[in-house]
Amino acid sequence: MSHHSFEDLAKAASDELDVLKKRVAPLTARDRMAIPVQEMPTQDPAVRRRNVQEVAMGYTPEQAQVESLRCLQCKNAPCVQGCPVRIDIPGFLKAAGTGDFQGACDIIKQSSLLPSVCGRVCPQEVQCQENCTLGKALKSVDLAVSIGRVERYVADLERETGKTKPPVIKPETGRKVAVIGTGPASITVAADVRREGHQVEMFEAFHKPGGVLIYGIPEFRLPKRIVQAEFDALTAMGVKLHTNFVIGRTRKLKALLDEDGFDAVFIGTGAGLPKFMNIEGENLVGVFSANEYLTRANLMKAYDFERADTPIYRTGKVAVLGGGNVAMDAARTAVRLGAEEVHVIYRRTEVEMPARVEEIAHAKEEGIIFHLLENATRLIGDENGCITGIECLRYELGEPDASGRRRPVEIKGSEFIREMGTVIVAIGNDSNPLIPRTTEGLATTKWGNIIVDDAGKTSLDRVFAGGDIVLGAATVILAMGEGRRAAASINELLKK
Amino acid sequence: MNIILAKKQLSDDVFMMRLACPHIARERLPGQFVILQLDNEFGERIPLTIADADPVEGSITIIFQTVGKTTHNLADKQAGEAVQSVLGPLGQPTHIEKFGTVVCVGGGIGVAPLHPIVKGMKAAGNRIIIIVGARSRNLIILEDEMRALADEYIVCTDDGSYGRKCLVTEPLKEICERTPKPDLAVAIGPPIMMKFCAETTRPFSVSTVVSLNTIMIDGTGMCGGCRVSVGGQMKFACVDGPEFDGHKVDFNNLMQRLKAYRKVEDHAHHKCHLESEISQKEKELL
Repeated sequence: MSHHSFEDLAKAASDELDVLKKRVAPLTARDRMAIPVQEMPTQDPAVRRRNVQEVAMGYTPEQAQVESLRCLQCKNAPCVQGCPVRIDIPGFLKAAGTGDFQGACDIIKQSSLLPSVCGRVCPQEVQCQENCTLGKALKSVDLAVSIGRVERYVADLERETGKTKPPVIKPETGRKVAVIGTGPASITVAADVRREGHQVEMFEAFHKPGGVLIYGIPEFRLPKRIVQAEFDALTAMGVKLHTNFVIGRTRKLKALLDEDGFDAVFIGTGAGLPKFMNIEGENLVGVFSANEYLTRANLMKAYDFERADTPIYRTGKVAVLGGGNVAMDAARTAVRLGAEEVHVIYRRTEVEMPARVEEIAHAKEEGIIFHLLENATRLIGDENGCITGIECLRYELGEPDASGRRRPVEIKGSEFIREMGTVIVAIGNDSNPLIPRTTEGLATTKWGNIIVDDAGKTSLDRVFAGGDIVLGAATVILAMGEGRRAAASINELLKK
Repeated sequence: MNIILAKKQLSDDVFMMRLACPHIARERLPGQFVILQLDNEFGERIPLTIADADPVEGSITIIFQTVGKTTHNLADKQAGEAVQSVLGPLGQPTHIEKFGTVVCVGGGIGVAPLHPIVKGMKAAGNRIIIIVGARSRNLIILEDEMRALADEYIVCTDDGSYGRKCLVTEPLKEICERTPKPDLAVAIGPPIMMKFCAETTRPFSVSTVVSLNTIMIDGTGMCGGCRVSVGGQMKFACVDGPEFDGHKVDFNNLMQRLKAYRKVEDHAHHKCHLESEISQKEKELL
C-alpha cells in the first residue's frame, strides 16, 4: 500500500465535497456507493518510525462529511447489531453527513462514553463495519463506511473545541459505590452510576488512571492526553479517584463493604498477568513480557531517554513472539526505541493473526519483518545470562481443526537459530489473581476469571465484575459493554 | 499523603524515614514491601521493604541505601516534604508461627526487612538467634532494636572492625551444627549472601527463607519483570513472594537479571553524582 500525503487526501475530499454540494437532487444509493472511501491520513512511515506521535492523523472536516455521505441509511441498520454498545450509527452518520458534527457526537454519546478512544482502538472491521451493507455490496470490508474514523473525528472535534458538556447528574442519593480499576469497564461503570446520583470512588494501583489505555496501548496509537481528558470529565462529575491504592492489599474488598460504607463494589481489574511460553531460557536477561516492555515505554515514558528515570532494554535486533494487537504494539514500540531490525514470529499465517488488519499493515509499513508458520522452541543465552538467540521451528498448515482453521503442524527437524538481542513475549494475559486470592468466597473459573451472572453480579452479595477479569483478554468496547451491564444492575440494586 | 514525618541518617549511605501512610500502616504485615515513586511523570518506581509500622500514628518506616537516582533524591528530601507515590503493602506476608529456634541472618541493609520478621517471630514465641553482617562497623544498622529482640546476637564484619571478622555463613554453620539444630533460618541481604546462607544450611536440612528484592515495575503481577526461577518453576516475586525457599531459588539467574540495566543505570548514577557535586560546588561558591 503506497502512502498518500495528508495534503493529497484533504484536497481530494474537498473537491469531492464541492461536487456533492452542487447537486440538487438528493443522493441515491447508487450515488452514495460511487463516493470513494476516505483513507485515513497517516504520518509518513519513514518519519513516524522515529517518533511517538500518533500515526493516524484523523480526518479533515471534508473527509468526515464525505465519508458520512457514503452511508446508505439502511432501515435495518446491520451495523448497530455489530456494535457492542449499540450506537445509533446511521443516526450519527446522517448528522455528520450534513456537517452537523456536534449533533453526531451527541448521538454517539447517548450510547458510548469514550468515542475518542473507541474510534481509535475498536476493531470496527469485525464489528459494525463487518456488517455494513455498503461493504458487502462493494465486496470488501475495507470499502464499508469508515464508521470508526467518523466517530473519532466528531469526538475529537468536540473535545478540542471545548464543547464537551458535563452530563446531567441526578440529585445525590447518599449511596456509595467503589470501582476497582480504572480501565474501560471501570470508566463506564463510574460514569453510569454517578449519573444516577450515587457517589463513586475509583481505586487504581498505578500512579495514573486509565488501566490498559495508559500502560498498554502506545502513545502513537492512543495519545495519553485523550485518556486524561476522559478522567478530567469523570472528576468534574464528582467521581473521586484514589491512585496508588491496590484493593486486596491496601484495603481488602470486604472492608469496603463492611467498614467503609460502600453499598456496592465493581471489580474491573483486567487481565493483568502475562503468559509466558514455558520454554527454556525465558528468564534470560533481555526477555520481557509485552506488558513489562510496554509499561516501561508508555506509562513510565522510557522512550524519553533524557528525562525518564525508568530504563528500557535497547538492542539492534528485537523479536516479538505472538500475533495480536499487543504484539504489534510491542514491535512498533521497539522500532521507535531505535531497534535496527524488529521481527514478529507467529505460529500460524497472517489470516489467523488476531491483530487488526490496520495494525499489521502499519507495522509492515514501518519495516517490521514477519516470520509466519514459525515458533520459538528455546531461548539461548551467553555466559552472562543474556539472550543471544531464539531456536525456531518451522510449521506447515495441516487439516482444518474443529474451528475450521487449518492447524499448524510442526516440521520435524526444521529447527534453526535466529540471533536476537531482545525477545518480547506477547502471547496474552491471564487474569490477575490479587483480588480473588484476597477475597474469600469470590467464585472464579479454573483460569481465574471471576464468574458473573447475566446481570454482571459475582458470587458475593453487592459485588459486581466486568471487563477482562471476567472475559479474559478482550477489547476496549467489550469491556465497556460489560461495564454498562454491571452499572445497570448496580443502579437497580441501589433503587431498593 | 505520604509526608515524611522523620528522617535519620544511619550510616554514610543508609537512611531511615518515617512516612505518613495510614492505609499501608494499618494493613501491612512482616515481609511486605512498598513501591515508591518521587515524580509521577518521569520518575521510576522502586520497591522498598517496610522496616516497621505504627498503625496508631499511621506511619511506616523505610530504610534505604542510596544506590541510584531515586534513592539519592529521596535521601535529599527533608521531614515535612511529601513523597508523591507510595503503593503497598505488597507481597505475601511472612509465614509466622512458633517454629522453636529461628536463626535470622541480615546482611547490610537486609537487616531492615528482617526487623519486622524478627519482631513477629519473637512474638510468636520463638527463640531468636540473630546474625548481622556488614562490611564494617559503621554500616551496622538497628543494633539496639535487634539486640532487644535477640536471645543471641552475633555481629560479623568483613574488616573485623566490630564483632567477628568473618562472613555470616561461618556462625550460621556453627549454629546449624548445634544439637538441636535450628528449626528455621531466615536470610535477607545481598543475593550472593542469601545464596551462600542457603548453601550453608542445605546439608543440615534447615529450612531457609530468603526475601528477594528484584527489578519490579507495578508490584501487582502485571509486568513479570520480577520473575525468578524457584524449584524450576517461574514465580513472580511481587505476588508469589518476595519470600521463597532459599534451597530452591536459582540465585545465579536472579543475580544476572538484577544486572539487566547496569550499563544504563551506571550512566544515570554517574550523571546524578555529577549533578549533586555541581550543586554542592555551587553552594560552596555562594
